[in-house]
Amino acid sequence: MEIAAAALLAVLAALVLPRVAELFVLINATVFVSMAILALSLALIWGFGGILCFGQTAFFGLGGYAYAVAALNLGDSAYAVPIALAVPALAALALGYFMFYGRISDVYIGAITLTVSLILFNFANSTAGDQWHIGEAPLGGFNGIPSTPQLNVPGDPDATLSPQAIFVVAVLCLAACYVLAKLVLASRFGRIVVAIRENEVRAELLGHDARRYKLGIFTLGGLIGGLAGILFANCVFVSPTMFSLFYSGQVIIWVMVGGVGTLFGPILGAMLLQGLTTWAGTLPGINPNAILGVILMLAVLLLPTGLLPGATALLGRLRRRTAP
Amino acid sequence: MSLALAVGLQALTGVAMLLIISLGLAVIFGMMRVINLAHGEFLMLGGYSAILAVRHGANIWVAMLVVAPLVVGLLGAIVERLVIRRLYGRMVDTMLATWGLSLALIGFVSMIFGNTVGGFSAPLGSVDIGGFYTSAYSLFLVFAAAVMVGAVWLVLRHTPFGLLARGTMQNPEMASALGVATERVYAVTFAAGAALSGLAGGLIAPLSGVVPTMGTAYIAKAFITVITGGAAMLAGTLSASVLLGAVGVLATFLTTPVLGEVVLLAVAIILVRLLPHGITGRFFRRAL
Repeated sequence: MEIAAAALLAVLAALVLPRVAELFVLINATVFVSMAILALSLALIWGFGGILCFGQTAFFGLGGYAYAVAALNLGDSAYAVPIALAVPALAALALGYFMFYGRISDVYIGAITLTVSLILFNFANSTAGDQWHIGEAPLGGFNGIPSTPQLNVPGDPDATLSPQAIFVVAVLCLAACYVLAKLVLASRFGRIVVAIRENEVRAELLGHDARRYKLGIFTLGGLIGGLAGILFANCVFVSPTMFSLFYSGQVIIWVMVGGVGTLFGPILGAMLLQGLTTWAGTLPGINPNAILGVILMLAVLLLPTGLLPGATALLGRLRRRTAP
Repeated sequence: MSLALAVGLQALTGVAMLLIISLGLAVIFGMMRVINLAHGEFLMLGGYSAILAVRHGANIWVAMLVVAPLVVGLLGAIVERLVIRRLYGRMVDTMLATWGLSLALIGFVSMIFGNTVGGFSAPLGSVDIGGFYTSAYSLFLVFAAAVMVGAVWLVLRHTPFGLLARGTMQNPEMASALGVATERVYAVTFAAGAALSGLAGGLIAPLSGVVPTMGTAYIAKAFITVITGGAAMLAGTLSASVLLGAVGVLATFLTTPVLGEVVLLAVAIILVRLLPHGITGRFFRRAL
């Protein structure tokens, strides 16, 4: 039911928006969709895995950089995309192995993931100059890779996709990720992951190796985060800001405001807050950070379960009141 | 020989810097277990308070050492009353709320002061040590770090309030049952931590310059230092600062400042992996 609704929504968006929206709006919408995918990846790791990853942007940025570098070297994005999915997934696998098999827990995981994204940020910033390149792709330091190639029709590097087509691809990716997440959570694996979030000791006593399941969901989250990075790279371009503290903070805010422990909430949160940030950026004399910060504080204090669960609870209460 | 001396001096300053920026967080996070992600912005506000005071004709020392901690300490008290008090024991929520605070402070300060670098030049000039000129101010920083650690140690170990604070953090219910006004202890401790951060901001302002976003440069380093330190907050932060500061300066000396930072963070990650309870989880366990 929910999956069908999501699919319908995606098809509708993919069909209608490219026909009616201006180019600028459309590109912006693609950015929003990529952000929603990023929020979805953290929703899986944090909301269902119970792993507070503070550096989700590490995978986002790695996906973007891997895509840009691979596409510049290979020419055809059909080869670049798998590479750009593999790099962040492998990074998540390595980092997750390092953390979970070292029995590192909550706050320390937050600190380590944050530090990793900061290391990548610092490193990417320091790669200015001609000596820093991978194959034919210059890393460009602070400026990033402005010549990030667009996706193309597989097998034909000259047939690059139009912004309209990229938007459709992005929406389909979002829908696919949503369905994938739903399916994973409905599977045996997903239920054990949630069980571990609820009570790790009990899950282990029942014979499940918590480390393995955490590693699994973390790697999946890294993969989806990387996909978001690829799409972002296609509508903006790759630069060290993809790793920045600002983005890693925002992802957490989206998930938090949308509702930890839901899938649709974070997507909604990402769209709403991105829209709000963009709108606030156009106001003269107002810094969007101020608004975003106040919203987050209020959300934590007044709406600790998030927008979607809060709204659902309210609806349920209203319905019960009107029912005879 | 004199090169070694110069590098050694650099390392000492690096350690002192790390200690100064981490100490306020050590009180708020290490002692109170409040993940204060607005720590960097407390530093930034300390810097701005000092700059404003200097611009309005205050003595530079008064601005750095008195105005900055007072202003930020006061802000800390307000923040504790309005936000943090409702969230004790909900670690993730304190983290998110203070992240919001951090963003809001960055936003409001940018709106008021603009996105430009402010600052004032470091006092004291330079001194000649064996043929090398070094800024006397960096020596003063080493001295200041030592005084700050000493003061925190004295207060915690040898004053009635220190005893109450330590007891309250260890077991709030028991302290409360024994008649301690735990709410007040929490409030004062948080304000004191904020004041330490403000002092740190005032002290580093002449070296780093002050921008609204300067906090982001320090927050991760401060956190990883306190976390690497472990449970015994003072001994832990001290030992972690010494270790990480020295490694960072050496790596900077051998490569570039940016890679030096990267090495510092990488070493910290490996340390947390090897010692999941921090340095003081294994060494100096009985220290403060």
